[in-house]
Amino acid sequence: MGVYLFRRLISNVLLVAIAASMAYFLAATSLNPRFKYEGRQPPVAEAVVDATLEQYNLNDKTPVFQRYVTWVSGVATGDLGRTWDGKPVNAELGRRVGVSLRLLFIGTLVGAAVGVSVGAYAAVKQYRISDRLIGVGAFVIMAIPVFVLATLLTIAAAGLNDALGFSLLEYTGEYNPALSGWDQVTSRLNHLILPTISLSLGQIAYYSRIQRNMMLDVLGQDFIRTARAKGLSRRDALFKHALRTSLVPVATYFAFSFGTMLTGAVFTEKIFGWHGMGAWLVESIQSHDVNSVAAVSLFAAVCVLFAGFLSDLIVSAIDPRVRVS
Amino acid sequence: MRSKLVLKRMLRNPQARYGLLALALLLLLAYIGPLFGPHDWTEKDFLAFMEPPSGDHWWGTTQIGQDVYAVTLRGMQKSIIIGFLVALVSTGLAALVGATAGYLGGWADRALMWVTDLLLVLPSFLIIAIISPRLKGGSWLWFVVLLAVFSWMITSRMVRSMTLSLREREFVLAARYMGIPAWKIILRHVVPNISSLLIIDATLNVSAAIIGEAALSFFGFGIQPPDVSLGTLIADGSAKAIGYPWLFAFPAGLLVLLVLSVNLVGDGLRDALDPGSNQ
Repeated sequence: MGVYLFRRLISNVLLVAIAASMAYFLAATSLNPRFKYEGRQPPVAEAVVDATLEQYNLNDKTPVFQRYVTWVSGVATGDLGRTWDGKPVNAELGRRVGVSLRLLFIGTLVGAAVGVSVGAYAAVKQYRISDRLIGVGAFVIMAIPVFVLATLLTIAAAGLNDALGFSLLEYTGEYNPALSGWDQVTSRLNHLILPTISLSLGQIAYYSRIQRNMMLDVLGQDFIRTARAKGLSRRDALFKHALRTSLVPVATYFAFSFGTMLTGAVFTEKIFGWHGMGAWLVESIQSHDVNSVAAVSLFAAVCVLFAGFLSDLIVSAIDPRVRVS
Repeated sequence: MRSKLVLKRMLRNPQARYGLLALALLLLLAYIGPLFGPHDWTEKDFLAFMEPPSGDHWWGTTQIGQDVYAVTLRGMQKSIIIGFLVALVSTGLAALVGATAGYLGGWADRALMWVTDLLLVLPSFLIIAIISPRLKGGSWLWFVVLLAVFSWMITSRMVRSMTLSLREREFVLAARYMGIPAWKIILRHVVPNISSLLIIDATLNVSAAIIGEAALSFFGFGIQPPDVSLGTLIADGSAKAIGYPWLFAFPAGLLVLLVLSVNLVGDGLRDALDPGSNQ
């Protein structure tokens, strides 16, 4: 077991290193931070631009391999370099991870919890009207891309605010910086409502499908009948035996999706004006910010592999069969 | 004979029937619709900027005076072509790589699966986002290639595991002992036997590719102007959706309908080809 885990860790670290290096080379060769200084009025002397870029390890006149070595030696000591305008990438990363976590934590939890309950309910009511409605609803929601959904939500919120004459629902940013104390807390919660709906609706649809299928598989099995036959109430049989067993695959998916979501909420963050990791990915590419692009990719690769690890752990925690084999 | 049976089973399924009907209507709208519109998609009407839908401009106009009806249908044609091409290439790639890895085994298997794992880890969004706008002058076909290259991996793993069991079946062994070369066995005996998986996968890839294209174009990383796709139109429209809803409603609505109908067909195909599955 130890040898297996160790080998897996080595191969994972190798994959992360390759992914991050590829991202760095790609960004360093095709993005052009010099462009951010060139069009200025009054014009900046080329020597000055060169010196500034050199200081941030962004100078395209230095061979790319040399820049890569500087970047890697920085990363090895925990320094991710400078953004195109000289701010430390580490600080920006920390701030943005915080924003993304505040947004995603509730969104993914709500998505998984509601999705699992809806799916389990649909399985118990198989082929009834409610099951069919849930099925059709999930099917339609899964066909709506998140950028369409998020825009629809902002339109609806704007319409509602217009109709009421005051802003009931906020749809830009994380909070209103003019407020403090309790008002700021409620403002934060208000700003969370729409992005959370936009994040979790798709997940609810997806989880409910998986959970329904898994639950139906389990409900048809002998141990549920045995549990009922030995006198267990229907509710106990459903909750303690069926639900727990059918949660295994969903839990795997949950761990995995949380890891990939950290950089994957691009559309929700951009449309609702949250400055998290997903928004950073797009903004750093658009602003030719090589070191930030590399940092986001490194972070994303680590997250994916960590999520894979986490999902293995969760499965072995709730599924005894895995622990034995 | 089997294809006839599958078709019959599929048409018996109301979901699949509606899906096929909707898909056919959408294809007609995209390719025949522009012929009936009063304006061409390149035309600019300098007397009508941001006009709401009217008799002359059926779906309204954009801020540079383009006819939304004509532009949206043009974008839809592009999205449809991209969706089908990406699905074809990616499913083909998945079948070839998976079947080759599974059939040959040994170092070839390890190497191919390592590439698959690597592609799964690579930040695909980032790579496509950086490369595709820089293929200036290069045609949108490069964009199709990029989308396809990053969407075949999971299916190829499934193909591989199915091939592993097919490899030991009598008809494959017989072919091998007759001295038929490996590539011929893979193409003639292995791939046709996993065709139901591939057909279902290709259908679902169409909708995934349409959404993927729209998502990348949303940030300007996909189809480049002056060309349009549903993604670029939705991106333009969503910024102004609150004051000028027609800019957003028509492309977004058509995208959702397109994805929905393709998914319905895919689901119907799955039920018809693989009655045991309860997905």
